[in-house]
Amino acid sequence: MIRLKPGPVSITLAALVAVFLLMPLIAVIPVSFTPTRYLSMPSGEWSLRHYRALIENPAWAQGIWLSVRIGLLASVTATLLAAAFSLGIWMLRPAFAGAMMGLALLPMVAPPVVSALTLYFFLTSLSKVNGVIAYDTWAGVALAHAVMVAPFAVVLLSVALGQVDRRIDLAARSMGAGIGTRIFRVILPNIRFGLLTAFFLTFVLSWEEIGVTLFITSVNAVTLPRLMWMGLRDNIDPAIAAISVVLIGIVVVALLIRTIWSLRVGGRDPG
Amino acid sequence: MIRYRLLLLGPLLVFLAATYLIPFLGIVRWSVTLPEPGLGQYRAALTDPLVTGVIWRTLRICATVTVISVAAAYAITLVWVRGGSVARALSELCILIPFWISVLTRAFGWLSLLSNRGLLNTWAQQLGILSEPLAMVRNEFGVVVGMVHYLIPFAVFPLASAMRAVDERVLLAARGMGAGRVRIFWQVFVPMTTGGILGAALLVFVFALGFFVTPALLGGGNSVMVAELIWLRIFQSPNWGLGGAISVILMAGIALLMLAGRRFAKGPGQ
Repeated sequence: MIRLKPGPVSITLAALVAVFLLMPLIAVIPVSFTPTRYLSMPSGEWSLRHYRALIENPAWAQGIWLSVRIGLLASVTATLLAAAFSLGIWMLRPAFAGAMMGLALLPMVAPPVVSALTLYFFLTSLSKVNGVIAYDTWAGVALAHAVMVAPFAVVLLSVALGQVDRRIDLAARSMGAGIGTRIFRVILPNIRFGLLTAFFLTFVLSWEEIGVTLFITSVNAVTLPRLMWMGLRDNIDPAIAAISVVLIGIVVVALLIRTIWSLRVGGRDPG
Repeated sequence: MIRYRLLLLGPLLVFLAATYLIPFLGIVRWSVTLPEPGLGQYRAALTDPLVTGVIWRTLRICATVTVISVAAAYAITLVWVRGGSVARALSELCILIPFWISVLTRAFGWLSLLSNRGLLNTWAQQLGILSEPLAMVRNEFGVVVGMVHYLIPFAVFPLASAMRAVDERVLLAARGMGAGRVRIFWQVFVPMTTGGILGAALLVFVFALGFFVTPALLGGGNSVMVAELIWLRIFQSPNWGLGGAISVILMAGIALLMLAGRRFAKGPGQ
């Protein structure tokens, strides 16, 4: 079938939007090589001092390690809770499924600042009774991140379950499989990609979470985004440019590999 | 059966009730008990010119951001959904790269580009176009630019699903009957994607309302929005009751918007 392709006007407009989207990411690169201690363009002299600072200042490595630990704990917790919940909705089709889904998705649809204040209230209340899962502790941040990212796992896993053929489960059931066998041997293997995606997405969301983290940490649980925020808020530190270039580089390489892969494997036109 | 129900559905619901629902009720309690019981904080939030000024500014910025983001997203989505394979791959990269990069890095990118010693001002001064740096951040302009940049990828997804649902044969029929490209676009294609446009607009507007990081960094305290005001009332010049009341108002506003959106989506014509 003939496709009506976008004309020159649409292509030009889209190209302008594309430039707008990429421009700030490219602007970071020259700033990261500035020899000065403040945000500026390098003029003549280029320097690697801000990249060296990333390695030499232990705060960066500590922030990265803390964010990894928090991300792992938050994403495992969120994915497990979301998997059980989505399975429950899919298998049992309970009454009030809509209301339950509403509660499960609440942290995602509520404005982030309200979630941040709510979790601040929660963790400062916990601080009164213990010092482990509390305000400004890594376990407290991981718990708060698990709350914030769980709805995304619920959405992904519900979509994955929606594509599973119910007759497979019915077949297993009619052949006498118990609920454990149905879940672990039949349904979960069918949504393993959904589970992996949910784990990956929730990890990334926790890794870059800043809105809630700002409210629930001060000086002890300094995650990587929190550290970047401190370097951005007061005096703009060009070390932020260096870490930004590293983070942008990771994303660009990962997506390029994916794009080349999909052009090679699935070069066929799906339209 | 009841046992499985509890085991599967229970953990997440109990978890979120304990960590989110009950603490939110605590915020509601702040708003009606601090500093004294009553609805005084709500009256203050809706009459104090400082607070209402911030609310109006938030609504104005969010409306501007919504219009620009959806229009820009429409242009790039059109190429992503309907372009040739190379154009599709390129536009997909341009949408997904910013999407996966953290809000802090993106705000910093705009600071690098727009601040007084940033890329644009340095170039413009070297080329003699400007003698003084032009203030493009630490004001409302910077906030709008940063928010539009953050929100375009979110607007793309509802638009893309609407565009993919357009029946190719309708467009061919329009062409067969002699309509030109421009006419097909404005009178056939755009009306068929209205649902996606409204969905994208609602999503962007709702996201924009609760925005904190981008306005705080690119506005530099000169263009405070509701979320930053809540932060200020909790941490900088504490008035927890007022912070709580503004949060409750924000939450209620967004709930109403989403209900309206759902009602609309279910309404006739869909």
